[in-house]
Amino acid sequence: MNNLVKIENGLAAIANDDWTLVQLPATQVEERIQAGKVVLFKLTGESTVTEEQIADTVIPASGKIIVPLSVFVERNNELASRIAQGEVGVWLATHELLEYLIQQQADLNALPIIAVFVERFADGRIFSLGTLLRTRYGFKNELRAFGDVLRDQLFFLKRSGYTSFVIRQDRSAQEAIASLNDFSKPYQGAVDEPQPVFRRYNRGN
Amino acid sequence: MYKYDEIDQQIVDERVAQYRDQVRRYLAGELSEDEFRPLRLQNGLYIQRHAPMLRIAVPYGMLSSKQLRKLGDIAKKYDKGYGHFSTRQNLQLNWPKLEDTPDILAELATVEMHAIQTSGNCIRNITTDQFVGIAPDEVIDPRAIAEIMRQWSTFHPEFALLPRKFKIAVSGTQQDRAIVQAHDIGLEFYRDANNQVAIKVWVGGGLGRTPILGSVIREHLDWQHALTYCEAIIRVYNLHGRRDNMYKARIKILSKAIGINEFRNQVEAEWTHLKDGPNTITEAELARVAKHFEAMPYETLPDQDDGFDAAVASNPAFAAWVKRSIHAHKQPGYRAVTLSLKPHGQAPGDITSEQMWAVADLADEYSFGELRSSHEQNLILADVKLSDLYAVWEKAKANGLATPNIGLLTDIICCPGGDFCSLANAKSIPIAKAIQMQFDDLDYLHDIGDIELNISGCMNACGHHHVGHIGILGVDKDGSEWYQVTIGGKQGNDASIGSVIGPSFSAEEMPGVVQKLIEVYIKERTPEERFIDTVRRIGAVPFKKHVYAKDEVSA
Repeated sequence: MNNLVKIENGLAAIANDDWTLVQLPATQVEERIQAGKVVLFKLTGESTVTEEQIADTVIPASGKIIVPLSVFVERNNELASRIAQGEVGVWLATHELLEYLIQQQADLNALPIIAVFVERFADGRIFSLGTLLRTRYGFKNELRAFGDVLRDQLFFLKRSGYTSFVIRQDRSAQEAIASLNDFSKPYQGAVDEPQPVFRRYNRGN
Repeated sequence: MYKYDEIDQQIVDERVAQYRDQVRRYLAGELSEDEFRPLRLQNGLYIQRHAPMLRIAVPYGMLSSKQLRKLGDIAKKYDKGYGHFSTRQNLQLNWPKLEDTPDILAELATVEMHAIQTSGNCIRNITTDQFVGIAPDEVIDPRAIAEIMRQWSTFHPEFALLPRKFKIAVSGTQQDRAIVQAHDIGLEFYRDANNQVAIKVWVGGGLGRTPILGSVIREHLDWQHALTYCEAIIRVYNLHGRRDNMYKARIKILSKAIGINEFRNQVEAEWTHLKDGPNTITEAELARVAKHFEAMPYETLPDQDDGFDAAVASNPAFAAWVKRSIHAHKQPGYRAVTLSLKPHGQAPGDITSEQMWAVADLADEYSFGELRSSHEQNLILADVKLSDLYAVWEKAKANGLATPNIGLLTDIICCPGGDFCSLANAKSIPIAKAIQMQFDDLDYLHDIGDIELNISGCMNACGHHHVGHIGILGVDKDGSEWYQVTIGGKQGNDASIGSVIGPSFSAEEMPGVVQKLIEVYIKERTPEERFIDTVRRIGAVPFKKHVYAKDEVSA
């Protein structure tokens, strides 16, 4: 079932997915505790990607692919010509650091798509990542949310700069589209509408 | 107070529609229990022991008589005819039906109320001092900024699903009454050297399992930057706060783990990108919102009233109430009145529909149709003329709202506890009631004087036990309920976290334990010394000794 919702020219609709998502192989290594940007704060509990996983990742020989951030960085040379042709996108998990991506790829707009994987519905880091990609790093192309993506996140995801959403397979993408418009006049400035309500409307005085 | 325009109204109306559909999908099995939980919580709906509990937002504690009347109606129609004011100045209904909650929200929307973000891992109701706008020691009335922050935080997309709940308090007085140091962010407004409105920003305070007072992250912030600076703080927290362990997920854990200096560096680095951006508050917006909080149309009055003085002189019961329940006011000839929701032997903060209607009438007749709720779980009429106080007292008394115990031992702050709350380890309301009955002698209560006794049924600390002069915490030991006692906690500018006096007690022992603490105080105090000052002067040891002394055999 095709569960991709895409916003194009302000309109949301079910769309065909011309990208192939490349996954890391499962790891046999016991999960390590990962250090975040915050050096002293090491207990975020997410697994790290191992060198074996990166090496063993199967990259399709042709076609448009979205590769894991670690693969994009570590195997960038192999991907160089396809990146140049606009056939490579990157995905990252919510605990991964954008700095890691930027160090490798200063001009993000060479990537036609960046996707963020959210493992659990309640993980709101995805919103800050989207906001930063758009406002800090100037990313202008397709920004996609996938994973545990349900309709009640869509309004927030849209406002945080996401333009496509892979709705979880057991839910209707068609019905989810309605939630993109849960609120018509949000109060605060965000990615999709940077001006807060008090700068957009004359609310009297 | 703030009145909605069409934009505000449309947002709460759209929220009702959104929530109604979420409930429909849940009941139809289209949303799992786990998926529905964060959605209903962000609408203030808990699934509790007996029934759901619905927490209704009272932004920074301000209510109109019309709103309170509606709350009374809703409690009557959808609940058992009473509600409960919480320590976050909100109103909780303990017995609504899940199926009714969309209708309740629709009714609330008709009086510009909602339950948005009263729970869940998001920015919660912003709280402040219940005497905001009228307190003589107020330097800045922070309500306009609080309202602007309420709007900004409502459905903030980036901060919709934080690692944990996020509480902001604002205060603009010399004496802090909003416990800004016990909040995730505390904004302390003041006038700087250039006489401009500035904010001292506290971060990383909080009670709960790990009580920590906040640290100052910025001494001076221009008010225009209140939103962008908070965005910088919350972004750092959203990205780096722990999500693997809910007990370690508050911002205080992050700021302590990396240290306030490193945390400040990260926030300031983030803020350089946000500063002066679109969410910077404009003069025009501040002026628009501030208009809603202009001073009431007061009469010019002397600060003395013969009738009032005569009533105080001739009526000891009225005098006792005046002594405890009346508070100073900026405007000569006016006073603020606290209506006690702490009659002895009842659940602290509970109020019946009839009482809500009566208070609404009092507000209309004597206080410009507005009132406030306090984090001490009482209601306040903020603008009563001296000459009306006697009439207010008589009517409040007739409705059981004039117990003269404000600020005394029986003005207990207390969470709903194990009787209602599924988080609780132990009951809290019966402990409060038992202590109130133990100290039912008003003369004795007045002699004990100013003291704050706070009770929480678990370490989530909704009853703020850590900052009570006496704090009581319900704990679970092998499946039975025990109570741990702290002394020396305090709210205010010189806030402190209480220290545990020793092993915990059974419920039956608690009134006696409080009695013993009071006995030590009575014996040791100097004239005019409050309980908390005695504790600070002599330390906890004499209290411990007396409480844990084996009953002496009389010789």
